[in-house]
Amino acid sequence: MSKVSVRFFARYAELAGCTWSAVNVDTPATVADVIARVREVFPGTSALPPHPLAALNQRQVRLDALVNAGDEVALLPPLAGG
Amino acid sequence: MMHLTRHPLDVADLLAEVQGPERGGTCVFTGTVRNDGDVTGIEYSAYEEMAVAEIERILGEAQAQWRDARVMLQHRLGLIPVGEASIAIAAAAPHRDDAFRACRFVIEEVKKRLPVWKKEHHADGTTAWVDPSGKPVTHGP
Repeated sequence: MSKVSVRFFARYAELAGCTWSAVNVDTPATVADVIARVREVFPGTSALPPHPLAALNQRQVRLDALVNAGDEVALLPPLAGG
Repeated sequence: MMHLTRHPLDVADLLAEVQGPERGGTCVFTGTVRNDGDVTGIEYSAYEEMAVAEIERILGEAQAQWRDARVMLQHRLGLIPVGEASIAIAAAAPHRDDAFRACRFVIEEVKKRLPVWKKEHHADGTTAWVDPSGKPVTHGP
């Protein structure tokens, strides 16, 4: 098992009830695996879309990106900058 | 210059970053909080570390594409009242075409890539997250 940091922002932080946490996942794991674990740990995140935007170590990635111990996965609501 | 700030934006500060005697064309874009219905302001939040990194990547891409241009941007966070700017971009180049193109490139990439979110504040005290299509997605006190 590896520990991965998870960050929530904006509406997703309200759904999760926190802005930061950590989850344990079996490695090798993907971002999608981390999100699946998040859905188990934070019931409010069941309202997340099936395929949310995600960032791995501050870069947007596809959900099949590989995650290592100590990585930071961020779940991003639809972007609305500018 | 800091790319994210919680203070009102000052276009003069941006111009000072990009203008020079060899750059004869300057283009400025500002995005301003709009009076949509009973909106009194918009609260902007960000994944700040990633937003700064993404802004630097976008500016780097603009610099690579328009080598003689200089481009700078600032995005404001926090509660911004109607009529005040949330983003300002300045691009200066030897000629106007490149200044316009570089400025347009940066705002379009910001819209696609910057991890920033908006929460509308309404006159009746309610708030609502805004999705990129402009439609409020949730309401709260």
